[in-house]
Amino acid sequence: MKDSDLRFARGLVLVNGAVPAALLGWDAAHHQLGANPVNFAILTTGMSALVFLLLTLLVTPLRKISGWNWIIFSRRTLGLCAFFYAALHFLIFFFKDQQGSVSGTLTELVKRKYLMVGITGLLVMAPLAVTSTNAMIKRLGGRRWRALHRLAYVAALAGVVQYYMQVKKDVRQPLAFGAVLAVLLGYRLMVSWRSARPAPVAAVKR
Amino acid sequence: MKDSNKISGSEITDPAVYFNRRNFIRTGLLAASAVATGLVCRRLNPAATGTVDTPAIQGLTTPATNATRTAEAGDSGFRATDAETSLQYITHYNNFYEFSTDKEEVASAAAHFETQGWQVSVGGLVGKPRVFDLDDLLKISPPEERVYRMRCVEGWSVVVPWAGFSLSKLLTVAGPLAAANYVAFETLLDPKRMPGQRSRVLDWPYVEGLRLDEAMHPLTLLASGLYGRELPPQDGAPIRLVVPWKYGFKGIKSIVKINLVASQPRTTWSDAAPNEYGFYANVNPHVDHPRWSQATEQRLGESGRRPTLMFNGYAEQVAHLYAGLDLRANF
Repeated sequence: MKDSDLRFARGLVLVNGAVPAALLGWDAAHHQLGANPVNFAILTTGMSALVFLLLTLLVTPLRKISGWNWIIFSRRTLGLCAFFYAALHFLIFFFKDQQGSVSGTLTELVKRKYLMVGITGLLVMAPLAVTSTNAMIKRLGGRRWRALHRLAYVAALAGVVQYYMQVKKDVRQPLAFGAVLAVLLGYRLMVSWRSARPAPVAAVKR
Repeated sequence: MKDSNKISGSEITDPAVYFNRRNFIRTGLLAASAVATGLVCRRLNPAATGTVDTPAIQGLTTPATNATRTAEAGDSGFRATDAETSLQYITHYNNFYEFSTDKEEVASAAAHFETQGWQVSVGGLVGKPRVFDLDDLLKISPPEERVYRMRCVEGWSVVVPWAGFSLSKLLTVAGPLAAANYVAFETLLDPKRMPGQRSRVLDWPYVEGLRLDEAMHPLTLLASGLYGRELPPQDGAPIRLVVPWKYGFKGIKSIVKINLVASQPRTTWSDAAPNEYGFYANVNPHVDHPRWSQATEQRLGESGRRPTLMFNGYAEQVAHLYAGLDLRANF
């Protein structure tokens, strides 16, 4: 792929990644967020974070299965979009729902278990965003960087679990997200299990 | 042979045209993908707006036409002084799983709900059981406007100018027998007209219940309208229950059956999740939902949350009903 094509493709992902935020901003400016705007904004950003997390986790399986190695270019942008929406999700909760009250937020965090799950997801994503640059990959070394970035699985799990716990009764949508995540993680388990099978032989040799 | 591979100069696309086409395709890709993404976003998370055009209710007693009633109503709790929530919000943010589990989709899903020929059966332990045509039922007492706070168990609230009359008027006509201790209510069961009933999200039909003394309390309202109009489908047309000191789910909608019974009837939400929703469901800021706090609420149309009041601010009128009852155990 030519450099200019790559740049364009990255831009394409970024523009699409900005669409949910742009729609939210537009609707907010035109007072079209419905009867419960804060709730709507929290829900939209949370859902966007989850969708981008799942898309991020889709890149590697898709690349291995299809042989389209070039799609790896999109992973970092998708991951950063996920972090951006997760952070926005929390900030709207903090500033709009809790009106910037630290004590109120902490009380809610303790009372609502699903908020703990959510905040865990956000906290594990922060180091991933920080170490997403080429320079950081070099500094950490590929092996350590990859190990660290397995935290993305934890973040996605936290996202799905939080969504499931927060829904009153109709869990169809969180279950759908959960099913997608199960496939994405199941694929990785299968791959690592397959490559791990010769390991006992190697252990004997040692 | 040698010349056949050679492309003559005139055949090479002019670089300007080539790059233009490239830019054209790129711009198209950008725009098309952004539009597609936008549509997916809208599909996943729609915000609802719409209009309400149900007929006006005739003969409604409103504060403008009956000033004395307003003056005395301070104690009755009939007219909350809170700012009324807009008709738009009240009619486009509804929990009515018979149509959709998405609060913002109920209005459109219920838009064509037909209530012609509606009947309500009133029976069980009563002296005069009867199946009422809706019109006859509504003639029992002239409609009054009651402005009530409504607090949803999910943590949001509205202030609604209802139209209706006290349930006690109907119960008195039916004549409860001495053995009657509770009132059991039932919503229409008709998956053709209520598409949400095709999913098993709740055990249909929706049922609710009150203790007889709660049902006889003057605040307990049988409502047939809001904002001076007949109830729009999404708010429980044609007739619903409103119990302002209890969480909203106690206010059963589109009622077809009212039975007086001896023992505590089962209720849909406490069947679905007994540890989360009780029979009483009195609004109580000190007893949290297992998964969230009930101390505050988001009043629709306000910025920021406000504290939730004991019995939703109706303690003066109803606290005596629960004297000696452990409200933590009987949530």
